[in-house]
Amino acid sequence: MNVAIEVNGIKIADDIEPDTTLFEFLRGHGFKSVKCGCETTNCGLCTVWLDEEPVLSCATFAARVDGRRVTTLEGLQAESAALARCIAEEGAEQCGFCAPGLVMSVLALERAYRAAGHAPTPAEVDHYLAGNLCRCTGYMSQRRAIDRYLAECFDYFTAPDLFAPVDPVACAADAGKEA
Amino acid sequence: MSMIVTDPSSRADLKHIGASEVKKDAYALLAGKPLFTDDLAPADALTLKVLHSPHAFARIRSIDTTRAEKVPGVVAVYTYKDVPQSRFTLAGQSYPEASPYDRLILDQVVRYVGDEVAIVAAENVRAAERALRLIKVDYELLDPVLDFTQAKGNPSVIHAEDGYLVKAGWINNDRMNNVVASGQSVVGDLDKTFAEADVVLERTYHSKANAQAMMETFRSFAEIDAYGRICITSSTQVPFHVRRMVANALEIPQAQVRVIKPRIGGGFGAKQSGCNEIFCAFVTSRTGRPSKISYTREETCTASNARHEMQITVKIGAKRDGRITAIDLYTLSNQGAYGEHGPTTVGLSGHKSLPLYNRVEASRFAFDVVYSNTMPTGAYRGYGATQGLFALESAVNELADELGIDPCELRLKNLVREGEFMPQYYGNTLFSCAADRCIKRAQEMIGWKEKGLRRDMGTHVRGLGVALSMQGSAIAGVDIGSVDLRLEEDGFYTLNIGATDMGTGCDTILAQFAAEALGCATDRIVVRGVDTDSSPYDTGSYASASTYLTGMAVVKAAEQLIRSFREYAAKLWNIDPADVTFDGEKLVAYAASDEKDVRASALPVPQEPEFSQVTGDIEHMVRTYEVVGSEAVSGAASAPELAAPTHEMDLTAFANECVRGGDGDCLTAHAAASSPTSPPPYMAGIAEVDVDKETGEVTVVDYVGVVDCGTVVNENLARVQVEGGIGQGIGMALTEDVQYDARGRMRTRSFMQYKIPTREDVGRIRVDFCESYEPTGPYGAKSIGEVVINTPSPAIASAVAHAVGRQIRELPITPEKILFGE
Repeated sequence: MNVAIEVNGIKIADDIEPDTTLFEFLRGHGFKSVKCGCETTNCGLCTVWLDEEPVLSCATFAARVDGRRVTTLEGLQAESAALARCIAEEGAEQCGFCAPGLVMSVLALERAYRAAGHAPTPAEVDHYLAGNLCRCTGYMSQRRAIDRYLAECFDYFTAPDLFAPVDPVACAADAGKEA
Repeated sequence: MSMIVTDPSSRADLKHIGASEVKKDAYALLAGKPLFTDDLAPADALTLKVLHSPHAFARIRSIDTTRAEKVPGVVAVYTYKDVPQSRFTLAGQSYPEASPYDRLILDQVVRYVGDEVAIVAAENVRAAERALRLIKVDYELLDPVLDFTQAKGNPSVIHAEDGYLVKAGWINNDRMNNVVASGQSVVGDLDKTFAEADVVLERTYHSKANAQAMMETFRSFAEIDAYGRICITSSTQVPFHVRRMVANALEIPQAQVRVIKPRIGGGFGAKQSGCNEIFCAFVTSRTGRPSKISYTREETCTASNARHEMQITVKIGAKRDGRITAIDLYTLSNQGAYGEHGPTTVGLSGHKSLPLYNRVEASRFAFDVVYSNTMPTGAYRGYGATQGLFALESAVNELADELGIDPCELRLKNLVREGEFMPQYYGNTLFSCAADRCIKRAQEMIGWKEKGLRRDMGTHVRGLGVALSMQGSAIAGVDIGSVDLRLEEDGFYTLNIGATDMGTGCDTILAQFAAEALGCATDRIVVRGVDTDSSPYDTGSYASASTYLTGMAVVKAAEQLIRSFREYAAKLWNIDPADVTFDGEKLVAYAASDEKDVRASALPVPQEPEFSQVTGDIEHMVRTYEVVGSEAVSGAASAPELAAPTHEMDLTAFANECVRGGDGDCLTAHAAASSPTSPPPYMAGIAEVDVDKETGEVTVVDYVGVVDCGTVVNENLARVQVEGGIGQGIGMALTEDVQYDARGRMRTRSFMQYKIPTREDVGRIRVDFCESYEPTGPYGAKSIGEVVINTPSPAIASAVAHAVGRQIRELPITPEKILFGE
């Protein structure tokens, strides 16, 4: 079947098998930033934007995207540079295999909250990104990087200091209160 | 086999070691550049798909591929009838491998659900998948061994075949009884010491198989290069070992094989075993066409390798005052269907747990490793130490509770200290250890003394638990790291390495070592990753080797290179090389103190012998580095004030002079390192968990990890190693569990069923470092990659035990076990 999909601003027409996924379509056309880690919609590595909304390209049929706009990391090189710097400066990219999916999701989160007119809370960030798995980092360095990035995007976003020493006395007092 | 030995003062004034340098490949990775195996495969490569066995143990009576071969686009279908008949191992280990040669590319006998039955090569995935469904196999079912506790001596013998080979006699292989390996080591009089103990506990702990679950599944492709050789690009940690495996499997000389390692999407040990490289190499050798194979997540879960399941019985004896006097540890390790890493992983369950309590009067470590008809196991971060430490640290926690002694205090009382001789650690002496400081710092960070081990919070109970961990740094006397370091035209350096960066950042860390030693910016060091044709030999990145071992090779190469600079400059200037100094930016000479015959003079090689045996007198061996910053190389600090230099040349001019023509050359140094000892890094981990009173759900509220990895080489990357290891350890402790059904088919076939932690599951992880100084390590460094995964399971188990009063001894610690028992 014939489809025409706009990828990063360029229309690509192709004759595809009906069961071709958007993931296969994109990699087949050279958009190698798009990765697959699970095939079961758990890992988030194949995240791309469909009309600026993040979708899992391994679970999206190319046929359903006919005539629509798709964005991959190849199309967001300038826009992703500041986030890339924050991640790199924390050493949080590690193997880098999940990095494109994560970057696509963080940039989508940023846009979503900009549209909503307020900054996300750290818990909202974690929840939004819960579908982006990473096996290398234990997520802490990603949190630091993303918090730094969001602090640049939203001037009223204040990231918690994850490395502030815990005040044991206050902790004990808190515990007493909660009990 | 040698390392340089230096004293802690060598750590003063480091410029690049310790800095949080950004990884050299960071920006390319973050931009999504095509750097990984599948990104690089030729567009015309054949796609390979494998038919996997649906049976746990069976013999193929007949196999019919005619219909499959007729599918349009299918180029070939291969079965056991088509492959060479020499057995080999997929274990990425130095030759002669400890793992038995018990595999063929395809075998008539299949030994687990997932074992390979046929390979389809096709022009595209769809044709290959269609063909898979059309292969008809008639199986004669055999009686499988699914319960590994029943494997030893079972009438079903999993490897009875001809051609089975054991290369290493010391493993005590008894395959006709399904025993891959067995052994024991005893220190002291166990019976007497247990008889004299006031308290003796005996407990059995059970660690399950775990998937390494790196995000990039197993991938490789093969092509014939310009010289008619098979060139394999593979997501592997062990390119040099893959070269041997492929040569063995295909019965061709290693000279016919080349292996390239591009960027790797995580390894964690999984890629220390070969996987599908043999399939693409085989197909390309038969068809002459490039071929590629990318495993799905399901194949990666079900048909590769996992952590060894181990059942470990610990008997521990102590005096009432908390002195631990005797430990007896027996490990039964489930190897699965093939023997990769079986004889070696099990050793760590005892030899990298018992030495924590080195002061016991008597100890014994005994083990059996048995085949079963489940998925083969292999290497996974921690490599047996993880399982051993879950058992031993849990037992120590139970002992502390039994004695009514604080578990941190009990450890501080019994802990191994610097300078001790360690009979259960291969008879090595411990040169560096800050484990005691790690415990104290972790206690401070979590507020241990203020909080108490159990607090009732209303709907949930909050508990604290602690565990210690150790590992090694490279395999003593076996691993080799080597590098080529070259000064290039224009004055930059190329650092050619055989160590395999798998996302950990070793390319960058090794560049930091070079920058430190050569006195330049890290940017001036260009690192070149692995191609077995051109990279210097390195056993690979595993066993926590790269920082410690290849790092030392870098320092040694830098020493040599600087010496050659000074000699070359001396020749140019017709002076004595000892009068030439190098500060990283320029070569300078001052007026020589007396007349010398320049031609006869050469820089002395360092006088002290290098450390080459464990029993060496280490204090006698200590010498300073001969790198930039040392007096021998950079000159006395006051020299420039004495006189104007007689000669001076900056590095760029010097480099250009070297290649100007005539008899010049790019000055090059090659150095190898191999250590007679494997200095242990240490870690203390404390878990603070909440257990929900109604559901039994465990939430990790806070986890602190304090690590002694010797000198921290790159603080960011070290921290991420620790956080990542703890993250994986939390998964192992709470959710990760490779499960099988009654017929031996794996249940956990995807990330739907095999749950690795998301960012909402890890709570808060906080990390700090307590540095010791390892005299045999480069600038005092030890390893960090593996030690970090070992504390979460025992620490969380103990925190849960403190919270609810029930010690869970079988991982993972699920709500069901907490509420209803095991």
